[in-house]
Amino acid sequence: MWLKFEPRAEPSRLMTYLSPLLAVGLMFLSGLLLFYVLGKDPIEGFRVFFLYPMKDAYSIAELFLKATPLMLCAVGLSVGFKANVWNIGAEGQLLIGALAGGWVALRFEHSTSPFLLPAMILAGAVGGMLWAAIPAFLRTRFNANEILTSLMLVYVAELVVSWLVHGPWKDPDGFNFPQTKVFSAAATLPLMLAGTRVNIALLFALGALVAGWLFMNRSFLGYQMKVAGQAENAGRYAGFSARRSVWFGMLAGGAMAGIAGISEVAGPVGQITEKISPGYGFAAMIVAFVGRLSPIGILFSSLLMAILYVGGEQAQQYLSLPSSISKVFQGMLLFFLLGSDVFINFRPRFVRRRK
Amino acid sequence: MPNQTAETPRLAIKGIRKVYPSVVANDGIDLTVMPGEIHAVLGENGAGKSTLMKVIYGVIRPDEGEIIWEGQAVTVPNPAQARALGIGMVFQHFSLFETLTVVQNVALALPGDFDLPALAKRIEEVSERYGLPVDPRRLVHALSVGERQRVEIIRCLLQNPRLLILDEPTSVLTPQAVRKLFETLRKLASEGVSILYISHKLDEIQELCHRATVLRGGRVTGTCNPAQETPKTMARMMIGEDLPACSHGEPGAEGELRLELRGLDHPTDDPFGTQLRNICLQVRSGEIVGIAGVSGNGQQELLRAISGEEVVRDHQTVRMCGQDVGHLNPARRRALGMCFVPEERLGRGAVPRLTLTENALLTAHRKGMLSGGLIRFKVAQRFAEDCIARFDVKCGGAASEAKSLSGGNLQKFIVGREIMQDPKLLVLAQPTWGVDVGAASFIRHSLLELRNSGTAILVISEELEELFEICDRMVVIAKGTLSPSTATSETDVEEIGMWMSGMWPGAAEQDGAPHVA
Repeated sequence: MWLKFEPRAEPSRLMTYLSPLLAVGLMFLSGLLLFYVLGKDPIEGFRVFFLYPMKDAYSIAELFLKATPLMLCAVGLSVGFKANVWNIGAEGQLLIGALAGGWVALRFEHSTSPFLLPAMILAGAVGGMLWAAIPAFLRTRFNANEILTSLMLVYVAELVVSWLVHGPWKDPDGFNFPQTKVFSAAATLPLMLAGTRVNIALLFALGALVAGWLFMNRSFLGYQMKVAGQAENAGRYAGFSARRSVWFGMLAGGAMAGIAGISEVAGPVGQITEKISPGYGFAAMIVAFVGRLSPIGILFSSLLMAILYVGGEQAQQYLSLPSSISKVFQGMLLFFLLGSDVFINFRPRFVRRRK
Repeated sequence: MPNQTAETPRLAIKGIRKVYPSVVANDGIDLTVMPGEIHAVLGENGAGKSTLMKVIYGVIRPDEGEIIWEGQAVTVPNPAQARALGIGMVFQHFSLFETLTVVQNVALALPGDFDLPALAKRIEEVSERYGLPVDPRRLVHALSVGERQRVEIIRCLLQNPRLLILDEPTSVLTPQAVRKLFETLRKLASEGVSILYISHKLDEIQELCHRATVLRGGRVTGTCNPAQETPKTMARMMIGEDLPACSHGEPGAEGELRLELRGLDHPTDDPFGTQLRNICLQVRSGEIVGIAGVSGNGQQELLRAISGEEVVRDHQTVRMCGQDVGHLNPARRRALGMCFVPEERLGRGAVPRLTLTENALLTAHRKGMLSGGLIRFKVAQRFAEDCIARFDVKCGGAASEAKSLSGGNLQKFIVGREIMQDPKLLVLAQPTWGVDVGAASFIRHSLLELRNSGTAILVISEELEELFEICDRMVVIAKGTLSPSTATSETDVEEIGMWMSGMWPGAAEQDGAPHVA
């Protein structure tokens, strides 16, 4: 017997939605195996990693807190991804957004104006967009591959953050720690639920999901981007501008990542440090694909990804596993998703081996 | 006529069946070819001709069925094996390396060591013997389509095939070049080579072939002696019904100028593309103008320059409805009243994975389908449903994906979508290519109606018969230049055929060979 993959006449809709679930299932199984190989009790590992993050209201609130930047970045990225605009640099755009918004907070540290927060968020979005505009310009002007340029700019952004918090923006009263002053109360996002750390950035994220859905499904520009992504020649034939798709796709991703960045520093972090984001911008790509680039899917996949983040912290604490365990699970999830996606276009069949 | 009684057949195939995920391409096909016989395989696009030939040549494996070669049952797992048996094939789309010379290309296909000078000599001998003039030392990209075909044929002949398969060999040739090819084929047959000749052109088959096997929907619907049939009876076997007639009618009074090309020059980025030179053309309201020509002579480039998919440097050289438009993109030209049916349906004229409603939006969104940047899906859906009903598009409804439609039905949808926008100027490329005969006749009929209602129509087609059927005026494109225009009623296939080789009265002396034989 021989396992053969036959092309399907048309992609399976069922598998399109089943594939992420299959990937999650396979990730769970391999996770159990991994715990076993590391000499931990797999059942205990499962409980710590996947159930502790949901054990009480506070934990669930933490999940939403972590899911917020993921949702924001993923929904922004999905707009570009649908048009085959591959913005890999959301992490960098998030950092620059945090810097731009943070600059407003630090510049007006004594302000109590109600416009301070909106100004910070606006600055965050603009910062992210400016960082995303660089690969967009290079792509539309010089046809430089945006995958490479946007990715490389992440490392530039990381070094800029590092330089600022070690140098010009370092808190003079901060015992030489590489971090800025703590933001004032007026420059901090209000909490949504007393006793938790969830702030109103979650509302931005949910709003972004709705706006993303409307844009992709109801607006003509969203339609044009879908056409550009699925059949470039049809877009050219109809006279839709390919440049506009690239610009819009990159800027949407940049703006959302920038808002995610400022929401982190004006939220749970409270200041600019070297560790604003534990890789949210990268994880958001996995979130977008597991969520099938659809806002509803992204809502769920961002919560799943949040579990992997919180579960990883729990595993450090209770299982004494290294923090990179989160990344291992993220990697497995993406790996299995890409594998399962083969079933969308191919049908497995057992055939007798030919002589 | 070959002797068909005493010998064993060169090739007999029995019960060949090949199933693809969405279609049964061959369903129990039997076929017998005698030595020295020119055997036609006749059928419409999608009838399964090409699949059958690929089975014989070992490109694809049949699911069922037998191949018997000179009395022996054989399997043909790959083309190398087919060539070893003595089967040669000339594909519709040539497989030559453009950057290599003729002799290098031939050497690549032959087993054993290269001895290029000796091989060049053999090529010259064969080309002399069969009337296939070609210089072995020339680079392929500099050859015309007809010459490239000769290289392909010579490449086959050098391996002394006993069966030669030709897939639609005349679609790229002028009528004169076709005649030369037929002489070569007759000579080969007289020496005992069997020939399988795939075509959908009835007149050619009548002229050339000893026997014909007719395919429809993957099955054999009959075998006949073409000499004893009429085109009408063969067409009936091929499509299962009579060819509908199409009445033309006289063009109206001279209408308003809708498209004007004024000395259009357009270089190409593609090193093997065709540069457009000094193209002048006028299309007026109420007339159908046809552009004939052998494919690859600048049709694609010209269409892109007219549609706006490529902008031209001197924007005054393209005018539409009284405006210079050379610098405008397709959307802005459409806003002036241009509509365009491209040659490729899936991926250019329609987005495969979107529904027909969404595909209506692609170009017809100006018909009230937008409000404030948002899509009014109800309007789009009604438009798509109207189009499906008016143009008899067979599909599961407006929510079907474009790729689920057959080529002919999708073409009807695209043509319908463009016509329903009431264009002032309609440009069509190969409007009935791959469309079944009934639908083709319907499309032509719709175009005539549209002309009568005052639209200016430009049709670019490689099917001469179609152009003669619907056009009021014709021009010919050859090597990126355009012939003068002539009224269809004052010309004939012979003259247009001459022009297709670039030889029209007053044609400028051209550098290099024209893109035809």
